[in-house]
Amino acid sequence: MAKKAEDLFTDMHLDILKEIGSMGTAYAATALSKMVNKKVTMPVPRVSWLDFHNVANFVGGPETVVLGILVSLSGNIQGMMMQIMSVEAAHNLVELVIGTPPPALGEDMHTFGEMERSVVEEVGNIMISSYLTSISGLTNSQIKPSIPYMCVDMANAILSVPASEFGRMADKMLFIESQIAVENVESTGCFVMVPNLHSFYRIVRALGVE
Amino acid sequence: MARDMIVVGMADLKATKAPGILTTLGLGSCVGIALYDAHSKVAGLAHIMLPDSTAIQNNSNKAKFADTAVVTLISEMEKLGAKKTFMKAKIAGGAQMFAFNATNENLRVGDRNVDATKLALAKLGIPLISSETGASFGRTVELYADGGKFLIKAIGQGFREI
Repeated sequence: MAKKAEDLFTDMHLDILKEIGSMGTAYAATALSKMVNKKVTMPVPRVSWLDFHNVANFVGGPETVVLGILVSLSGNIQGMMMQIMSVEAAHNLVELVIGTPPPALGEDMHTFGEMERSVVEEVGNIMISSYLTSISGLTNSQIKPSIPYMCVDMANAILSVPASEFGRMADKMLFIESQIAVENVESTGCFVMVPNLHSFYRIVRALGVE
Repeated sequence: MARDMIVVGMADLKATKAPGILTTLGLGSCVGIALYDAHSKVAGLAHIMLPDSTAIQNNSNKAKFADTAVVTLISEMEKLGAKKTFMKAKIAGGAQMFAFNATNENLRVGDRNVDATKLALAKLGIPLISSETGASFGRTVELYADGGKFLIKAIGQGFREI
């Protein structure tokens, strides 16, 4: 009987991943803070194993409509990196960056025009790249991100993409989840990093833990 | 959501008798496989994530893969009195949520899930009577054990029956 993937990680490993997530998020938060010229805060990230059954609980449930920006990772660290935010947060972000007001109450919140889409993708791209720069420096790895892809849909449908990637190796999904909030604006969403198992090992080994 | 619905999670499967209702929420690249035996009024629903259990080492969860989920779902339904010869299938899901280019086949898991599901059904001789797969949006489905009605819901599109 093969060992379960979650047994291969000790609390110490998870603490290290939490630290990595924290550094990455700090880089991303700094990048965002410079872009919008506002104070940005972030709590300590969470690292947890999630069952596929309730992978969407942390964003409000399987059918909650969220916006996801996905970047696939290749190089020494492989997997996916995703930024998830509520549609309201995305509209607020657009307003912060280019001044377009969010749709009024009753208008369609789920549609983003070409310009809005481009803003959200690019801000996401800069934040994700900053996060990855920090990880690649810390672990002395080369990480090649793809271009950003954006999607607005049910949380389960969006999370099924990294879930099925991770599902190839385990029956649970290891999440590094970190929140970022801009002053006066509700949460700008969270980052979910889903490296494959080999890359997880590479990360913890690079930091001197076997 | 109506009351008394049985929720089938990601990488999960369940069977029920009339008047039970099965649902699975937010199918993305995953495929929802609905099997129904109209004689015994037994319904089964699986939410698979990956096409092929044989391609993967860690394959203990039968509901995760198209090939093993169909087999397991049939036996769960047979425990409730269904007969395989009366079973008919409808499927939904297998979307490509992000507009990746086609070069990386791991990222086109939706299409591969659909193909593998169709293959698994054909191997077991279960007719696929309707399907709504592909495109780039998520789907929630409901399967009614009383009558076999199969509903699909997507954001901004309401419910439709296939």
